[in-house]
Amino acid sequence: MKKLMLGNEAVARGAYEAGVTVVSSYPGTPSTEITENIVKYDNIFVEWAPNEKVACETALGASIAGARSMTCMKHVGLNVMADPVFTASYTGVNGGMVMCVADDQGMHSSQNEQDSRHYAKAAKILMLEPSDSAECRDFTKEAYAFSEKFDTPVFIRLSTRVSHSQSLVEEREKEDYILKDYDKNPAKYVMMPGNAIKRHVVVEDRIKALKEMSETTELNSVEENGAKIGVISAGIAYMYAKEALGDKVDYLKLGVIYPLPEKKIKEFAEKYDKVYVVEELDPIIEEHCKSIGVDVIGKDVFTLQGEYTPTMIKKAVLGEDAAPYEEIGEQIPIRPPVMCAGCPHRGVFYVLKKLGLIVSGDIGCYTLGATPPLQSVDTTICMGASVSAAHGMAKARGAEFNKKLVSVIGDSTFMHSGITGLVDIVYNKGNNTVIILDNSITGMTGHQDNPTTGYTIRKEPTKQVNLITLCKAIGIENVVVADPFDVKNFEKIVKEETEREAPSVIIAQRPCALLPPMRKKYSGHCEITDKCKKCKLCMKLGCPAISLAGDTVKIDVTQCNGCGLCTNVCPFGAIEKGDK
Amino acid sequence: MNIMIVGVGGQGTLLASRILGRVAIKEGYDVKVSEVHGMSQRGGSVVTYVKYGDKVYSPIIDRGEADIVLAFEILEAYRAMPYLKKGGKMIANTQKMNPMPVITGAMEYPSDIEKKLSEKINLQAVDALSLAEQAGTIKAVNVVLIGLLAKSMSVDKSVWIETIKETVPEKFIELNLKAFELGYNL
Repeated sequence: MKKLMLGNEAVARGAYEAGVTVVSSYPGTPSTEITENIVKYDNIFVEWAPNEKVACETALGASIAGARSMTCMKHVGLNVMADPVFTASYTGVNGGMVMCVADDQGMHSSQNEQDSRHYAKAAKILMLEPSDSAECRDFTKEAYAFSEKFDTPVFIRLSTRVSHSQSLVEEREKEDYILKDYDKNPAKYVMMPGNAIKRHVVVEDRIKALKEMSETTELNSVEENGAKIGVISAGIAYMYAKEALGDKVDYLKLGVIYPLPEKKIKEFAEKYDKVYVVEELDPIIEEHCKSIGVDVIGKDVFTLQGEYTPTMIKKAVLGEDAAPYEEIGEQIPIRPPVMCAGCPHRGVFYVLKKLGLIVSGDIGCYTLGATPPLQSVDTTICMGASVSAAHGMAKARGAEFNKKLVSVIGDSTFMHSGITGLVDIVYNKGNNTVIILDNSITGMTGHQDNPTTGYTIRKEPTKQVNLITLCKAIGIENVVVADPFDVKNFEKIVKEETEREAPSVIIAQRPCALLPPMRKKYSGHCEITDKCKKCKLCMKLGCPAISLAGDTVKIDVTQCNGCGLCTNVCPFGAIEKGDK
Repeated sequence: MNIMIVGVGGQGTLLASRILGRVAIKEGYDVKVSEVHGMSQRGGSVVTYVKYGDKVYSPIIDRGEADIVLAFEILEAYRAMPYLKKGGKMIANTQKMNPMPVITGAMEYPSDIEKKLSEKINLQAVDALSLAEQAGTIKAVNVVLIGLLAKSMSVDKSVWIETIKETVPEKFIELNLKAFELGYNL
């Protein structure tokens, strides 16, 4: 029986069917649901690691110990785990090891639009790219077979539209996989120069063997329709091309993205008047074709940015226009994402904005503190950069500037890569103020547990990292815990800590409003009473439930969850908690 | 068949697209459902696509290609209008939710959207929020709208009911079926 599955769910199914027993990942859109779906299967050790580097090393260790293992991340997570990846290419594997990386063309939920395929080439690691959920399952199983056959970790490259589209998948039986024997083999696994020099030779020989495989594998397939135009494509772009061009062109669909075949491409291309390469983001296939003397049309007619659409491809290849449609004919307001009603971060940013501070920001729901009306975040770079970049800012501009500067970082992001930045501040005599936004969960990616929550991914109770003890242990003497909804007190604490000529950490503690206990705790909704003086201070909170009707402030009961933050902000006591 | 579901993050568009996807499988079609997760879900414009037919390749729908647009909020309906195929049908909830540029006063919520839509396209506008309240909770807006959608499609009603029973948590089945009927019988 075929089932509708997300691409991510199908990768998890493939891993299960292949007999994976160790999975370690860090959440990141659009990759998160792979690991979350592994949880559905018994007898697999699965975990959220503190970051992608740790996750990758855990998966590699499991592989060396003889298990089939997996690690999953978003494209920017691959940057974090790049260090072990490049050397894992040298050590190779024992049990099969698969690394799933999900790119985010169009940046639906990311800070950049990097193309992960570069990593496969740079690290000399086999990379496969499925184009729908059925292929996600199949390619994952193939990846384990390739991994063990060629003694290499294998990348599976996904993208938002493959990861987050549901299509039909047929479930198959689970393979019996027996742990490979563990042998002490320092020549293969101890990568010091003398051994690594020899392993580099192995890597180059392996690439030759993988190229041969790429010439013959069914994953790289030709589809002939007797057309005069040829199209070379892969992944989701292939699906767009297929929909746009149907049987008006012939296709070379590439399932192996690295190493790319040569003979197969040459033989395909020589049959056509024109050959197009349809690939989102960078011209990786195109440049490969050109490097082997195959004349193709690619980025001359297709953009380097964002997602493609069938319409765009139809226009570029066949010159056909888009379907007719009705234009709106007036400027309408955009609807950007906003912090939810009841979001604990709102109290923090209300205070930071009020105090006019410079805010070194980070990656999470609280990145939305950069948008109007809270608009307080100055920088957002990558996971952990809020802490270390603020350290650099303070060193560049001195003590007075530092008194106007804070870092904001979520609990999960702090565990991911904020700790090292904080150690740097302590060690190198910084006086920064770091606000850890402790909402008891990894929020943005959809509520994953992390080392500070006290639960594992399987919701088993576990030891909980105590942020206060941790900060004190690395040498922060001033650690204050405060509720960001008590805005008066929170403001007082921020003022005190930024003035202090010593490093300090403020733990802004209040759980995410979407967590079940908070959904229970918050009830009814808030109401504006006739004490309202129309000062509109509550509008500065940027709560989606509060808006103006004429010059009167109104609370939308369908959006308000009764969190009560606005009642703490109103100077006239004009907002009350209603019961209904 | 191309169906586009639009709304505001948190309104339950994802559940609606999943119900629709499952119904299409039961009818024996190839199906693709494209979802939105992550940051864009947080109170922003949310768009999901459900496509079915003998064989579906692309999971996304371009401008001028949707047979049906199911809109959970009226400004989002307006935003999605260019996606409707000539001769297609839009079913829209008349509920208004202010986006942040309106809340901050940077822009105004467009006036008379229903009228503007009706002049250009085939629109069925409905106050799904009131119907959801009748069913017992404003959160059932999505299933009220699924009921309306079901009425304008040629799939047996029992298939919809069966799918809703399979998709929603057991304790909410009764409530959701009531919401479905209110939409279906409108």
